[in-house]
Amino acid sequence: MKFLTSEEARRICDKVLALSQADECTVSLNGSRDGNIRYARNSVSTAGLIENTQLAVSVAFGKKQGTAVINELDDASLERLVRRAEDVARLAPDNPEFMPTVDKQAYKASPTYSQSTAAIDPEFRAQAAAYSIEACRKKGLTAAGFFSDSLGYSVVANSKGVFGHQASTALDFTVTVRTEDGRGSGWVKRSANDAARFDAREASDVAIEKALRSVEAKAIEPGRYTVILEPAATSELVGRLFGGFNARQADEGRSFLSRRGGGNRLGEKLFDEQVNVWADPWNPDVGVLPWDGSSMLARERTDLIKGGRVNALEYSRYWAQKQGARAVGRPGNMIMGGSEKSLAELIANTKKGILVTRTWYIRLVDPQSVLLTGLTRDGTFYIENGKVAYPVKNFRFNESPVTMLNNIDEIGKPVIIAGDEVPYQMLIPPMKVRDFNFTSLSDAV
Amino acid sequence: MERRSFLNLSSLALGTMLVPVCGRAVAAEELLSPMAVKFKKMLADTAMTAATSAGASYCDVRVGRYLNQFITTRDLNVENVVNTESAGVGVRVLAGGAYGFAATNDMTADGVAGAARQAVAIAKANARLQAEPVRLAPVKGLGEVSWATPIKKDWRTVPIKDKADLLITANKAGFDAGANFMRSVLFQVNQQKYFASTDGSYIDQDIHRIWMPITATAVDKSTNKFRSRNGLSTPVGMGFEYFDGRPADKIKAAGGVATLYKNSYDPIEDARAAGRQAKDKLTAKSVEPGKYDLVLSPEHLWLTIHESVGHPTELDRVLGYEANYAGTSFATLDKWQSKKFKYGAERVNIVADKTIPGSLGAVGFDDEGVKCKTWDIVKDGVLVNYQATRDQVHMLGEAESQGCSYADSWSSVQFQRMPNVSLSAGKAPLTPDEMIKDVKKGIYIIGDGSFSIDQQRYNFQFGGQLYFEIKDGKLGAQLEDVAYQSNTTEFWNACSALCDASDWRMGGSFFDGKGQPSQSSAVSHGASTARFNGVNVINTARKIA
Repeated sequence: MKFLTSEEARRICDKVLALSQADECTVSLNGSRDGNIRYARNSVSTAGLIENTQLAVSVAFGKKQGTAVINELDDASLERLVRRAEDVARLAPDNPEFMPTVDKQAYKASPTYSQSTAAIDPEFRAQAAAYSIEACRKKGLTAAGFFSDSLGYSVVANSKGVFGHQASTALDFTVTVRTEDGRGSGWVKRSANDAARFDAREASDVAIEKALRSVEAKAIEPGRYTVILEPAATSELVGRLFGGFNARQADEGRSFLSRRGGGNRLGEKLFDEQVNVWADPWNPDVGVLPWDGSSMLARERTDLIKGGRVNALEYSRYWAQKQGARAVGRPGNMIMGGSEKSLAELIANTKKGILVTRTWYIRLVDPQSVLLTGLTRDGTFYIENGKVAYPVKNFRFNESPVTMLNNIDEIGKPVIIAGDEVPYQMLIPPMKVRDFNFTSLSDAV
Repeated sequence: MERRSFLNLSSLALGTMLVPVCGRAVAAEELLSPMAVKFKKMLADTAMTAATSAGASYCDVRVGRYLNQFITTRDLNVENVVNTESAGVGVRVLAGGAYGFAATNDMTADGVAGAARQAVAIAKANARLQAEPVRLAPVKGLGEVSWATPIKKDWRTVPIKDKADLLITANKAGFDAGANFMRSVLFQVNQQKYFASTDGSYIDQDIHRIWMPITATAVDKSTNKFRSRNGLSTPVGMGFEYFDGRPADKIKAAGGVATLYKNSYDPIEDARAAGRQAKDKLTAKSVEPGKYDLVLSPEHLWLTIHESVGHPTELDRVLGYEANYAGTSFATLDKWQSKKFKYGAERVNIVADKTIPGSLGAVGFDDEGVKCKTWDIVKDGVLVNYQATRDQVHMLGEAESQGCSYADSWSSVQFQRMPNVSLSAGKAPLTPDEMIKDVKKGIYIIGDGSFSIDQQRYNFQFGGQLYFEIKDGKLGAQLEDVAYQSNTTEFWNACSALCDASDWRMGGSFFDGKGQPSQSSAVSHGASTARFNGVNVINTARKIA
């Protein structure tokens, strides 16, 4: 992948826009270099480097829209791409909800690029894997892990003068450590924009310790318990809540934020007053692009939940126009406010409870109440008198994040977590929640 | 099933296409001309020569061209039409006993030779960390052969307008029957896959798949309640003829509570039923939790088979290769070696195959050039085998691969993926209506819903689309808020009856996710209606703030 500078990218976008004979034209150009190393059974299984460039063009004739994508950037390919998008648009039926492309936007650069992450090479990846493999071999444990890093650039442009160009980097690391007899399993996840803040040794030691401590798990009765959810256990639960923040779904009566009789619950206090969640593309830890790639609208710092109140809903441009609301770019990150308390402090403040390392296979059971089911995994422990007392068998839960965010006892210090199944970069704290609903036991380790 | 949100249907617009669109998007009229076999063979030979010259002991080359078309609708509007094409070459080698893989979209002799050399370099680097060398089960070179999905109507030749009209007509039928909101999508896939290996095979395959998911939603603003009913179709390895909706392919569910489909689908009829039943759900009785005998239709049971038999018998999971993400498996080698591990009741027979016409897994040859076949996984209730690839079968004491290798793109490395895994029909004649006559307290479940299972595949929870109470052998009222929780072996050992082969049909997943980075595959699961006694049912209704 050739890394295109802003000027080089602008020249390509200008060529595409000049080629279009449609009423309007939008361009999205992305280049990426994704490296990874995967290992299992204390041995590297695959390692890869995938480079790709993608140029997408969307054009409209009246309310007919067509999209085409290509991965070649020579002049002949650009012309072919535009003609194809126009062909598809001519074949498409009118979309009565079609919205003209956005007017010129002001995109304020955000911190998405780190030189140390961009410089990651195969040796760095191998070292990230090697620490846990070597440590596990020595201790008679088995490691399976995945380290991935990415470097890329994103460009948007349209026929009304929009132009944005920004570089991004990211890294993500997970490792599962299992005892040889299969009775203990520990896991850790680390995400970062900046490789200088990543420490494979520190991360691997956490997974190793959890694996060793999780053998001899006791079966305790399912039921409602006070839980301490580590950030990686919380992120997939809280992240799913925001799928229901779509204003149209709420107004149409098909969201937990719909109001009986019609309308939505914007402004209502639905969560504990300690709950504050916002999106901020300029956050130094979890910066995201200053635009939303779908609408090309500029992102803004947006308070979604403030003091437990629903503070903002997400409006598409069509729905905003229909409802007289203002549409902003869809959030790319999710930040939940917390305190300076460490996970250890939360544990120390707990008389009886269950510590959850990770939640797994979470699925929406009922969108009406945002009821989610899923399981604990890779390190579930009973807490007694402020200390981790012993490991317990894993549980299945059936719980709504709405209920969970009403039952908060204490919130700790947020950490960086990239969403696994939820599409956000997140800063999420560990939290102590009462009456969390475990409905059955699992034999899985 | 796919763990990541593979396709964000609500925002399938520029810049947010999560469908695999890396590559060229093309106009419909260009989709029909395939790459010349001669050209593909030249690229493959070039790559194999470069790999062996660089020190590879084995090399396989996959030259792929992947065409997709997606049409998304919301209510009476077509939201988007997207045509995509992705073409390139993936080269996998063995050098020093280790794998190396590289892929390129530079489809020139220099491009593929460069990728081959890069793959060898990666293999040599990985060899230093390899605990033991890769052992490939032998495969006989096949020379030049070909295979194609047997289709009657090629989706690439059906005008976009006709497809859009079908979707919108279905949505309208749903509205007319009582839905307040409708959504339907048409997924169409054509994979042109050329495989060559240093074993002497040159295999050209043309694979087609198609799927039309529908969702009807009904809202009662006075009670602030909403409910949805999804379509009862299945994704298939067929052409556009799947949407013919032939009367002979329609099946009445037990008690006539729904129309079900085998071999072809009537989206308009089903959308109408979905609209009506979504509305009925708003006032359906909420289930009493407790133990029930469950009568599960094939439209529901396929997903339980997929999660509780398909995934745990993947040999790579059993061995620990997926430990960091999808997990491992309770179905460990010692259980298989004992030859007496009771996976299920004696009537439970589970068969793996990649050959059934119309199934999503059906191909002529897998992505290691192995001819596809059929084998038992559970025989008379006992675990007898797994799903494996060339580098794994020696661990099962077998000399021939089962043909379970698959990569979702030319740019992805192939690995073990699930074949079709199906529950055999009962041997004695039995219809779903007859099965229900023996049930005192039960629930009849149709369609797949919410699903979740632990990382070793013991504890699961499933919902459905339609639930009907069974009391003293008779079908009663429609129920809501139903989910069942069980343990895999308890559940399969509680299988108390199976309908006969006349009731056997397939369901399936279009987007089954596995691996890191995640790859998606498509797989079917057949079953006849089956009964499971004394399963724990929970009520999923909750009140929130």
